[in-house]
Amino acid sequence: MIELYVLLGLMIAGAVIAIEVKNLLSAVVAVGIIGLALSIIFLLLKAPDVALTQIVVEIVAVILLIRATLHREIALKSCGTRPFGAFMGILFIGLAAVAAIVTFNSLAPFGAPLMTVSEFYPINAIAGTGAINVVSSIILDYRAYDTLGEATVLFTAVIGVLTVMRSVGKKKEEDLQEKNE
Amino acid sequence: MSKEHDPGMTVIVKTVTRLTVGLILLYGIYIILHGHLTPGGGFAGGVIIALAFINLDLAFGGSASAKIFSKGKTGVVEALGAVMFLSLALIGLKYGGFLDNFLYSDGNPGQLVSAGIIPLENIAISLKVGAGLFGIFLTLIILQKFESEKK
Repeated sequence: MIELYVLLGLMIAGAVIAIEVKNLLSAVVAVGIIGLALSIIFLLLKAPDVALTQIVVEIVAVILLIRATLHREIALKSCGTRPFGAFMGILFIGLAAVAAIVTFNSLAPFGAPLMTVSEFYPINAIAGTGAINVVSSIILDYRAYDTLGEATVLFTAVIGVLTVMRSVGKKKEEDLQEKNE
Repeated sequence: MSKEHDPGMTVIVKTVTRLTVGLILLYGIYIILHGHLTPGGGFAGGVIIALAFINLDLAFGGSASAKIFSKGKTGVVEALGAVMFLSLALIGLKYGGFLDNFLYSDGNPGQLVSAGIIPLENIAISLKVGAGLFGIFLTLIILQKFESEKK
């Protein structure tokens, strides 16, 4: 389990660097460290489906962040120190850590299923759906409604991006402004 | 060959991209079609296929993939994937319920053609996810060009 803690420390370090560093490219690379370490953690915890999805989505996200943030003149504002805000932040982080320790001590040991419903799928999935990959049989057969919802979320997100960032309407608006002037 | 007017990255990157982009595409198709047998599935495979096109665009400059897959086509393909998934779900209504796996008795478990509508749903999701993410990427590139022209 020691490699898990090393990777978790790497993720925390990446998150702190991403917030603190001034250069945007360095910040995006630090965000990428978090996602890649997370995909290795998924692989070590024997979840290859999630690890594969995590690594490819992380790469797309890093490429999009680089394309969206670099070569743009994004104004960096440095805010002054706020002692009260920092004190409250540390206080609430400490409270959350205490609550998390209490909660995780009362849970079942790591890897043990909480609900008996999860025992149904590994036993019955192959006979019930014919898919060798039990994860695939769950997300596309037993829990296909969830996949439909996830597909709808992505569809809505793409429509939103295409609508907000359309170039046709913007050009027309600019022409109108020039005519008015 | 003047390097200033040559869009994209260096010759090394272009050559490596030319060699590997087909393999990346093939790997994405493998991940999609074997989604019910091995780890992976429609989502991961679709993103890998989108990454192959993004790779082309990054290596050869802004509009290298426009001949193969323009921005208008991404919207059409994405809608096609959504309609395919929904129609598969609606056909299930005739056999027992919404999203019913009406084909599952065909084929033995472990073969490529098995598991009923799960591979078909994987293909639909891959079309949707791949085309959607690539559309977002193209939109960001075009917006960037538009802003640089304005300056």
